[in-house]
Amino acid sequence: MSAVTQSRGSAYKPSTGKRIQAWLADRFAMIAAVLVLLYLFVPVAYTFAFSFNNYKKSNITWNPEGSPTLKHWKNPCGAPGVCDSLVKSLEIGAIATLVATILGTLVAFALVRYKFVGRGAGNVLTFVPMATPEIVMGASLLTIFVQGFSRVGLQLGFWTIVIAHIVFCLSFVVVTVKARVQSMDPRLEEAAQDLYAGPTATFWKVTFPLVLPGIVGAAMLSFSLSFDDFIITNFVSGSETTFPKFVYVSYLRGIPAQANVVGFSMFVIAVSLVILAQVIGNARKPK
Amino acid sequence: MSAVVHGPGAPAAPAGPDTATRAKFLPYLLLLPGALWLLIFFVIPLVQLFTVSLQSQFPGYPGYYYRDVNFKNYWAALTEFAPHFGRSLLFAGIATFFAFALSYPLAYAMAFKAGRWRGLMMICIIAPFFTSFILRTIAWRQILADEGPVAKVLNTLHVLPGGHITETWMAVVAGLTYNFLPFMVLPIYASLERVDPRVIEAGGDLYANGFTTFRTVTLPMSMPGVLAGTLLTFIPAAGDYVNAELLGSDRSTKMVGNVIESQFFKVPGGYPTAAALSFTLMALILAMVFVYVRRFGTDELV
Repeated sequence: MSAVTQSRGSAYKPSTGKRIQAWLADRFAMIAAVLVLLYLFVPVAYTFAFSFNNYKKSNITWNPEGSPTLKHWKNPCGAPGVCDSLVKSLEIGAIATLVATILGTLVAFALVRYKFVGRGAGNVLTFVPMATPEIVMGASLLTIFVQGFSRVGLQLGFWTIVIAHIVFCLSFVVVTVKARVQSMDPRLEEAAQDLYAGPTATFWKVTFPLVLPGIVGAAMLSFSLSFDDFIITNFVSGSETTFPKFVYVSYLRGIPAQANVVGFSMFVIAVSLVILAQVIGNARKPK
Repeated sequence: MSAVVHGPGAPAAPAGPDTATRAKFLPYLLLLPGALWLLIFFVIPLVQLFTVSLQSQFPGYPGYYYRDVNFKNYWAALTEFAPHFGRSLLFAGIATFFAFALSYPLAYAMAFKAGRWRGLMMICIIAPFFTSFILRTIAWRQILADEGPVAKVLNTLHVLPGGHITETWMAVVAGLTYNFLPFMVLPIYASLERVDPRVIEAGGDLYANGFTTFRTVTLPMSMPGVLAGTLLTFIPAAGDYVNAELLGSDRSTKMVGNVIESQFFKVPGGYPTAAALSFTLMALILAMVFVYVRRFGTDELV
């Protein structure tokens, strides 16, 4: 770990005890941080380990006979429902993220860049969904889907899940993109206009590229929230099954190790994609 | 999409009335799709839920209701399920405290000490999301189980009251703390990142020791993040039922979320009760948020 240490240029030499104390004080935060990160990974490691378990009935206790085994990794779709639910989760996540990111970015620009009647109401309307417990949102959506929208042909299933996910992703997108737009230096746009760029050119050549990392971040956040959502999904899904719902429902019968394989693989894929994006970003950055 | 963008304080575009009208209507155009979505799929469902919470049952026909203004639902739900409400607030409160205690050093280290490791640490915080939180909660159940390593060690040391972790409130609180930790870390980190390290150095230069500098300079400057983080942790934790379901016991650790879920899905005729409970929970949380933001808040939040 490279910690930023600043040495005070002073002639006096502290005692060894003092120096150990200073060393620890300087690194205390970093040591604590690493411990907390390890704690975050404990159940991920457990999930990984039990993907190699050669279990008999249910994947709860480790069976030393024949473990570790690669058989679940060789056949990740072997257990019924695992891959179907995963595909559903990915599809829902992609659609919800796309719609929420577009709508949320537009809203964020409106709320930061313009003063207009109803701006306060717009701020509240986008904030309150984040302050609403998931169970309340799920319950209210279920009520309206069952009692209202089913009459116009919208049955519980894939599309009701997508609709619900867009609602909660939207708020997070607005907040994330708003922060990015707010932190932008207005002089950059003024400079562009001084250089005779029209409003459209200024937007696409200056504003948009500066806000883009915020939009990408918001999209990633949306996708991970949608992909991992269970409570709202459980309320509005009807007989449709997403990956978290599949795991929850199969808990009583015993979760197949293939679910561990899929869970851990998604984790690896996500980490690799983010690292790849960062490496590309760093390579592009002019030194 | 062509957007006319004015920097704050920039002079209005020097064109005729056409551009002026466009600039006037543009914010509404930008706002409209998102606002409509929230109106139809957030506000209207809540209104519908409220009307359901006031419905009465046809006597003798469980599952059939008629439109009514029956506030008795609220009274009945609150008296019957008061312990569950209490548990939700208590467990969420304890979990929020622990999440804060664990998150602050992590966010602090990322903002000031991590250097080029910062990006990697950020990934480490978000990545576990992708191993479904249900899977991770079930993993905790096995890790904390009686025959698991944690309970065994604690029992050998005779420090575990009752001898169990799972099926008790401890496991539920531990699960809530774990699951909502990232929602605490990220806002605190975001506000610490904006703090200029030179301001903190200045504290040292003015002969404040490390702790005093932290207490009088760093912590106050990170308050917006702490505020957002506690809300983003407390709110979902108070409404959660998955942790209580998977880690807790059948009787003594059920939270209000469990009641709402079972009234909706398992109890015939439970809709009005579930709706009344949902609405009370939401009102309670919004009231707390309001007081909390008033007390500590900045307008940065909204």
